[in-house]
Amino acid sequence: MKAFYGTQLPNPLMLGTAQYPSPAILEQAFRDSGAGVATVSLRRESGAGQTFWQMIRELGVLILPNTAGCHTVKEAVTTAHMAREVFDTRWIKLELIGQTDSLQPDVFQLVEAARILTEDGFQVFPYTTDDLIVGERLLAAGCEVLMPWGAPIGSGRGLNNEYALRAMRAEFPDVPLVIDAGIGLPSHAAQAMELGYDAVLLNTAVARAGYPAAMAKAMMLAIEAGQLSYQADPIEARDMAEPSTPVIGKAFLS
Amino acid sequence: MMIVLNGEPREVRAETLAELLTECRLSGRVATAVNEEFVPSGLRIAQKLNDGDRVEVVAPMQGG
Repeated sequence: MKAFYGTQLPNPLMLGTAQYPSPAILEQAFRDSGAGVATVSLRRESGAGQTFWQMIRELGVLILPNTAGCHTVKEAVTTAHMAREVFDTRWIKLELIGQTDSLQPDVFQLVEAARILTEDGFQVFPYTTDDLIVGERLLAAGCEVLMPWGAPIGSGRGLNNEYALRAMRAEFPDVPLVIDAGIGLPSHAAQAMELGYDAVLLNTAVARAGYPAAMAKAMMLAIEAGQLSYQADPIEARDMAEPSTPVIGKAFLS
Repeated sequence: MMIVLNGEPREVRAETLAELLTECRLSGRVATAVNEEFVPSGLRIAQKLNDGDRVEVVAPMQGG
């Protein structure tokens, strides 16, 4: 597995921490799946933050803070600085939202913020689209990881544009690529790994499932299956049948 | 003086950011910004507050 800014992930599942029915269920989802990275955020302190922090620390996972909800470069950069201090990590999942309905990244501001944060010593995980040129610009800005969306955040639609994601994998063979957002089912997560992606980041599909801990485990199993499949060099699909049982030696009975 | 703390107008006695956190019992793992500029924890003692300042105090929270 490729290293993420020099760090080997224990496995390819990055799991969000929002929207669970309870903190206990969130904890169970992490324990049952074995997810090695937790995404977190910063919000105005209302008293709950310290308890949450304690629980996350006890999970013993890598922490990836986000800049969720930021709409400007300045806002995202300031949030990243705050996150670095609070979570004591150089990692930042850079989200710059350009459109409210789709939560599509504003890729122009994203590249600018990525450049500033890289210069400030951050290790940026940019939430981006599947656009290859944007990917190139992000790498030129200093990013060493790309996180294209599968589908809009929380939509559960899976991989909307498999062709583009496949092209992205081919274009950036040595860059750690993560499908971030849009996963709804374990089969989507498996598909991402079958394409050769290095990790999957998801939240809603697990947190809003009827049984989040079970779904988290299902996601991990699917991710492992997809990863193994990619390594196993699968066959090409073909249009016509090809007998799998040998034809030669069949008894003449008609 | 009157400041805006996390979006709420508030009358406070504190003259610095560090004093404000103590006065408002905002302890633990938090990060701060004044007038949309990040203030690292080491600079809170030196960060004077002025009437009308907008102070943000954030803490770890669930996220995706």
